[in-house]
Amino acid sequence: MTADQPINPLNPDARPMLEVRGITKRFPGVLALNNVSLQFFPGEVHAVVGENGAGKSTLMKIMAGAYVPDAGEILLQGARVSFSHPKEAQDKGVSIIYQEFNLLPERTVAQNIFLGREPGKMGALDVGALNKNAAVLLKELEADQMIAPTSLCKSLSVAEQQIVEIAKAIAFDSKVLIMDEPTASLTLVEVKILTDLVMKLKARGMAVIFISHRLFEVFDIADKITVMKDGELVGTAMAKEVTSAKIVYMMVGRELDHYFPPLGNKEDFGEVVLRIKDGGNDFLKDINLELHKGEVLGVAGLQGSGRTELAQALFGAIPFKSGSLEIYGRVRNVKSPPDAIKLKIGFVTEDRKAEGLLPKQPIRDNILLTVRSLQPLFGYILKDGIRGSRKMVPSLAKEVDLRADTFDREAQFLSGGNQQKVVLSKWLASKADIFIFDEPTRGIDVEAKAGIHDMIRGLTKNGIAVLMISSELQEVLGMSDRILVMRDGRLVAELPAKSTEEEVMLVATGHGDNNLSSEDVKVGKEA
Amino acid sequence: MSTTAAPVSKPQSFFKSIHIPPIFYFVIGIFVIGMILDQTAGSGDILKNPVILTNVFVRSVALGIVAVGQTFVIIGGSIDLSVAFTISITSVMTSLIMHGDPANVPTAVAAVILIGIVIGLANGLIITKLGVNSFIATLGMALILRGILYAAFANFIGSVPRSFETLGYGTIGPVPISIIVLLLVVVVGWLLLTRTKLGAHLYGVGGNKEVARLSGVRTDRVLIAAHIFCAVTAVLTGLFVVSRLRSGAPWVGTDGLYDLESIATTVIGGTALSGGKGGVWGTLGGVLIFGIIDTVFNQLGVDPFLKNILKGAIIVLAVASYTIRSKQEVA
Amino acid sequence: MTTTTIPKSSGGANFVGALWREIKRIPPVYPVFLVIFLAVSYLNPTYQTLPGIFSFLRRAAPMAILTIGEMMVLVSGGFDLSIGSIVTLVTIGSSMTLHNDPNLALSSILLMYGIGIVIGLTNGLIVSFLRVPSLIATLGMALLVKGAALYWCGGAPKGYFTDNWRFLGRGFFENVPLVGQFPASLLILIIVAVITFYVFHRANFGKEVLAIGDNVRAAQLSGVKVHRVRILVFLISALCAVTGGILIGGYGGIGTNVGEGLEMQAIAAAVVGGTLLLGGKGSVPDAIFGAFTLEALFSLLNLLGLPKPYRDAVQGLIIIGAVAYVSLRTRGKR
Repeated sequence: MTADQPINPLNPDARPMLEVRGITKRFPGVLALNNVSLQFFPGEVHAVVGENGAGKSTLMKIMAGAYVPDAGEILLQGARVSFSHPKEAQDKGVSIIYQEFNLLPERTVAQNIFLGREPGKMGALDVGALNKNAAVLLKELEADQMIAPTSLCKSLSVAEQQIVEIAKAIAFDSKVLIMDEPTASLTLVEVKILTDLVMKLKARGMAVIFISHRLFEVFDIADKITVMKDGELVGTAMAKEVTSAKIVYMMVGRELDHYFPPLGNKEDFGEVVLRIKDGGNDFLKDINLELHKGEVLGVAGLQGSGRTELAQALFGAIPFKSGSLEIYGRVRNVKSPPDAIKLKIGFVTEDRKAEGLLPKQPIRDNILLTVRSLQPLFGYILKDGIRGSRKMVPSLAKEVDLRADTFDREAQFLSGGNQQKVVLSKWLASKADIFIFDEPTRGIDVEAKAGIHDMIRGLTKNGIAVLMISSELQEVLGMSDRILVMRDGRLVAELPAKSTEEEVMLVATGHGDNNLSSEDVKVGKEA
Repeated sequence: MSTTAAPVSKPQSFFKSIHIPPIFYFVIGIFVIGMILDQTAGSGDILKNPVILTNVFVRSVALGIVAVGQTFVIIGGSIDLSVAFTISITSVMTSLIMHGDPANVPTAVAAVILIGIVIGLANGLIITKLGVNSFIATLGMALILRGILYAAFANFIGSVPRSFETLGYGTIGPVPISIIVLLLVVVVGWLLLTRTKLGAHLYGVGGNKEVARLSGVRTDRVLIAAHIFCAVTAVLTGLFVVSRLRSGAPWVGTDGLYDLESIATTVIGGTALSGGKGGVWGTLGGVLIFGIIDTVFNQLGVDPFLKNILKGAIIVLAVASYTIRSKQEVA
Repeated sequence: MTTTTIPKSSGGANFVGALWREIKRIPPVYPVFLVIFLAVSYLNPTYQTLPGIFSFLRRAAPMAILTIGEMMVLVSGGFDLSIGSIVTLVTIGSSMTLHNDPNLALSSILLMYGIGIVIGLTNGLIVSFLRVPSLIATLGMALLVKGAALYWCGGAPKGYFTDNWRFLGRGFFENVPLVGQFPASLLILIIVAVITFYVFHRANFGKEVLAIGDNVRAAQLSGVKVHRVRILVFLISALCAVTGGILIGGYGGIGTNVGEGLEMQAIAAAVVGGTLLLGGKGSVPDAIFGAFTLEALFSLLNLLGLPKPYRDAVQGLIIIGAVAYVSLRTRGKR
């Protein structure tokens, strides 16, 4: 199965509505898309799947005019087009619905649908026409009984808001509709409604493209499935002709060719330093885990499965509301970050720019903040005085291999890798012996990634316990001594080290429920 | 939580679309409290002399007109801290140009409206093109206006002809002209916000600038228009104030607390400081509350300085009643 | 205050290069102040003498103190618009409590500081717990405080200041070795400067203020107790306002508008001294010289014949200009 020949058994003579040829896109340090070519036909529902970082989102954004490709061309109904702004793409008939909707919660359905295109002459707003036109659109989507044009968007459920977004797309007379994870927050019933809607759009002759992780839904809705991996096209198949196991294999099967430091030995793992029993809050349920000294415990799961919430609960940012937390065998209350820091927990956050770094402060002050916040407010900076800090910072920097011409440089001017090292040394400074990492190498180029992985393993050699959350399967598998998988706010499985990517993905996507076993995966490999 | 769309007749749907902002229940409440206080602690004049009630409205006119303008900019996610000085400049320039001569009235009015447009335009451009935060931009503008104002004038200057005083004092039958003007401004503001594309776009810009931009709204133009509108309402307030004072002075704007109170009444009227939500009727309610408070204080013979102490506290607490719900840290 | 590695290779050119780099690091406020002050002293030779310089410093000291407090609030990401009315309250209140009796001076001063503590704490609490933006909270407080001041004196402030009280703002220490006369207010500025320098640059507190102004979320997640820091910052600002108020009362006397517009002047001075209006950057010595620079600028404009009220216009332009400059530069970088 290759992507070279256009596959369109629905109508062999049909021309693609939207086509991309040879699209390449680079971001600093990473090749997001590499020579991708695809065709999307009218009246067809085409799913694009792949794991995080495969390039699906980037491709969609290019097609919707949010990014400009470095190479390649986009053709709309056979004619070359280039978009410098999403509005241009919209005007030409390509609409995209993001996972975070672009709706104004305090405005009505009708007002949202027609924002920027309100009916009316000479600047006046024809309210009657606004509501009527909205009602017409809703009726076309057969949602007029569910949603009134005059309801405020904030009062609608997620599914209803999605319908409003779709109505927006039809209002613009779109020919192509792209949806990013449309079923992510929907119940089964709502998914059915969405499916019906998508069928209607299909009947109108629209080309519907969507990105999804939920493989069983993909099979229900899509006519065609394209798999992407590492920025490249793996293959396209008709949904009827392929099994989900094969798709999973196409998504993840690869050699573990990246270097990772060797995993720890069971003998090196010490006592249980952190234990959660029946932990729960508004986002998490039934969390039970143990973290041993000197080990790397990986946490895998899809976006929205609750991994970051777990980290935030452990750190006291969004504390547990039920259950108990034990540190070194003693029950502790962690209700705020200072509590956690006092208990020697460190949290290297997912978004270092938004949550980890003080951009305008020098490296030195970034690194020392955790130590300072625990010291008396009006105490001299670092009990040893400024000279003490001059020794501490260079030695910490050396530990993490942070190189800077001067530690007085503002943190915002450092590279991504160096910024992450600053954040790491911040926690080394506070002498944390439990480290929580949330996406430790996100946005960092390949060279620096290896350095950080070495560092993480180095921490464990010093007796530090590491909880590592990552959506990069390779990283989870390469680094973890044990793997926990989360889904829907729960810990659903624990897998041993050296598990395969397929096994992790299957559990993370809920395939375990569909009774697919690794047997099917093996069968898929042979197909 | 979605509503079923039942078929409604035209007049029914019109009335349904007029929300009564909850603030008006507050207005009634405060009014009742005020009446009770007046009967018990005060001279009980209000019941004896209903004209005092019209005073509530008249007091509200000055604040009300400029508050409508402030509501516009706040809905757009911006703010205008220069209105007090726009009002002062208007009062001074008006009485200066009119110089007591009715023939000069049209020139004077045209001139100050022009000045207002320039001020609003400047504010809008500094915010959109220079990228300066709206607090800073309008605060800086306030300073600049203050400097020019006090450099040129120190006290009352010029005078307003009798004919112009009708704006402030005249009545049509039992109804003061000023109240009519206020209601007109509120209605115009309401129409602009709910029946024009500009209004819809303004809500969009205030609600989420990026979403608005992606939908093709010219966000810069919309904000500049809102600031010009606000400045013009400040000019109208200035005209009203000077017609009542009969002469303009550089301190009328700041003395009247128009900057702080226009913001406060907007917020307690239900318009969110962050933008994208709210309306002028709510602001009118807030203005009435302040008007009632003012009148009651007057009737009770409250020392004017004590009044400011209470007002300062009331303003902060009123805004706090809305902001206290926010989960994010505020600076 | 920073270490630079001077390359070991060949002498002359590299030394000059390193020197130039050090010079570039000096905050612009110092050379600007120097230039303006030189211009002023050229136009009015009294300022070339030591007594002349001292008289300038005596006049500028209160503003410098106010600027230090305001600077800290700005660094934390907020605004304190109540300091002007605190000055008014302090001058009027001191007059009322002094009542021409020198024995009451100490208790009057203590009372003023007590009031300042209450105001500062209240400001901090409102912003931290009621989530009212400091712009509105301190504006409301300003209204309240000014009303309280005028209420206290019944609208007619009278100057019942005693000489010992006035000494702080207007007096000189005589027979000081080397210099002769030394202004009391300058001494007070030095004391305040030393204390605040320690608190802001040598104690953990200052670093935490910078942190919450730079990225409050990251600060929180690094263990900073944000509310505590913020409340203290407003407290310090109020105490600086009280101190400045006592000096201003001693120097200039009394009136209903004594404190008018001082907060804007403090903000402008802080901005001139390199404070970023959105938080995360500021320095005590730079703020002090920012205030000096502004005073020198006003003296210059005065000597050039520009009437006093234009001060405000100049201040407004400075504030807008500074923010626009930063904003346009960041836009360019993207």
